[in-house]
Amino acid sequence: MHPLLKVNNIKKMYGHRIGCTDVSFDLYPGEVMGIVGESGSGKSTLLNCLAGHLDTDGGEVIFDTRDRGPIDTLTMSEPERRMLGRTDWAFVHQHARDGLRMSVSAGGNIGERLMAVGDRHYGNIRDRAVDWLDRVEIDESRVDDRPTAFSGGMQQRLQIARNLVTGPRLVFMDEPTGGLDVSVQARLLDLLRGLVREMGLSAIIVTHDLAVVRLLADRLMVMKSGHVVETGLTDQVLDDPQHAYTQLLVSSVLQV
Amino acid sequence: MTASYSPMIDIQNVSKTFTLHNQGSALIPVMEGATLSVNPGECVGLIGASGAGKSTLMRLIYGNYLAASGHIMIGGLDVANAEPREILELRRKTLGYVSQFLRVVPRVSTLDVVAEPLLSVGTPVEKARDRAASLLAQLNIPERLWTLSPTTFSGGEQQRVNIARGFAYDYPAMLLDEPTASLDAQNRATVLNLIETAKERGAAIIGIFHDESAREQVCDRFIDVSAFAPKAAA
Repeated sequence: MHPLLKVNNIKKMYGHRIGCTDVSFDLYPGEVMGIVGESGSGKSTLLNCLAGHLDTDGGEVIFDTRDRGPIDTLTMSEPERRMLGRTDWAFVHQHARDGLRMSVSAGGNIGERLMAVGDRHYGNIRDRAVDWLDRVEIDESRVDDRPTAFSGGMQQRLQIARNLVTGPRLVFMDEPTGGLDVSVQARLLDLLRGLVREMGLSAIIVTHDLAVVRLLADRLMVMKSGHVVETGLTDQVLDDPQHAYTQLLVSSVLQV
Repeated sequence: MTASYSPMIDIQNVSKTFTLHNQGSALIPVMEGATLSVNPGECVGLIGASGAGKSTLMRLIYGNYLAASGHIMIGGLDVANAEPREILELRRKTLGYVSQFLRVVPRVSTLDVVAEPLLSVGTPVEKARDRAASLLAQLNIPERLWTLSPTTFSGGEQQRVNIARGFAYDYPAMLLDEPTASLDAQNRATVLNLIETAKERGAAIIGIFHDESAREQVCDRFIDVSAFAPKAAA
């Protein structure tokens, strides 16, 4: 099996400050990797570099494309990268309003991504939109409502539907459950786990919530001050952390 | 079942040390020279006083703890030196673990919690749910609870759900941590029966049983983990 994503020596500087540096890893099809660390550790910077939202100061992000095999996405042309962002890649933002078009209906938000990849039949698009609303547990009757009329948890589920409707192979998630209350979080986690298994998705999830990665991620990468300090199987990193910082992180979690 | 003479689980010279960086970098050696093997169809009981390292050894075998040295061969994979994805594959298809605690995603129904190990190896949903239902019935979980999440169940019920989940898929190797603790006589008999059945189909099992009569009934031999205590600390 070939890696779906091969990341080599990613580096990002903010002036002379390190955003992230020396980051390398392979992600295989169907694998979910969590990136944890406190705020300012460089985890969101890294995610945005990988997804092409930020320019990097070195490194490679090699994605195994469907038609042309492994290609470094950092040196792709802008139209190519944008196409990838609409088809095989998806990005779930922490704040749903950053990933949704707030002035467009729920159905329109889902349909837009389908139209971007060439779907033109209104009936098909609407059917797929309704189907996806159902999969993320939003009632069909809300299809013509704007996301401004939705709760935070519903907006987040709509953002996920909009991202997954085109059947991406790689999903980037930035604190997908952050800012939601716990019962809504649980529902979202359950939904994400089901979708990951059904669709065979690979995902990279940035979060500071260790309970979230325990349930969702196969492997973990722990970051501190822009560096990766520890990687491994999620259970192992959480049950037997090796690095001083990871030990501190794990022992700081309140038990419930 | 054809007789097999190569061990399913083969542990050679495993040691484990914890380094507590935030407590003056204290080095705590907890295990040294752990060596044991288990053949298909065999159940080996770990014994030793509380704190002797029975659970530590289980966690090393399952890959939750990183071995400092040695080899932990399970079905051809050395867990002590494997990539995360290789360990995950091993846990899906080869190595099962019934821990003392149930850890689940909230909101998932009991039936699906138990069926999940089967679904993750591609068993069709109907078949997986049938198997889950049959195990839950055997373990006396009332059918009206099957659609609910087990997070709200009593401790004993959660433990039985955990056992049902652990036995849903026929793993060739299994780790059982106190599977009969705090069960009533009837459920205890059911669990011992599940263990006997697993042995008959050829599973290699390592178990911790504080219940002496249970361990006499299912274990073929015992290993005292006190023998693996680090010499320096003794």
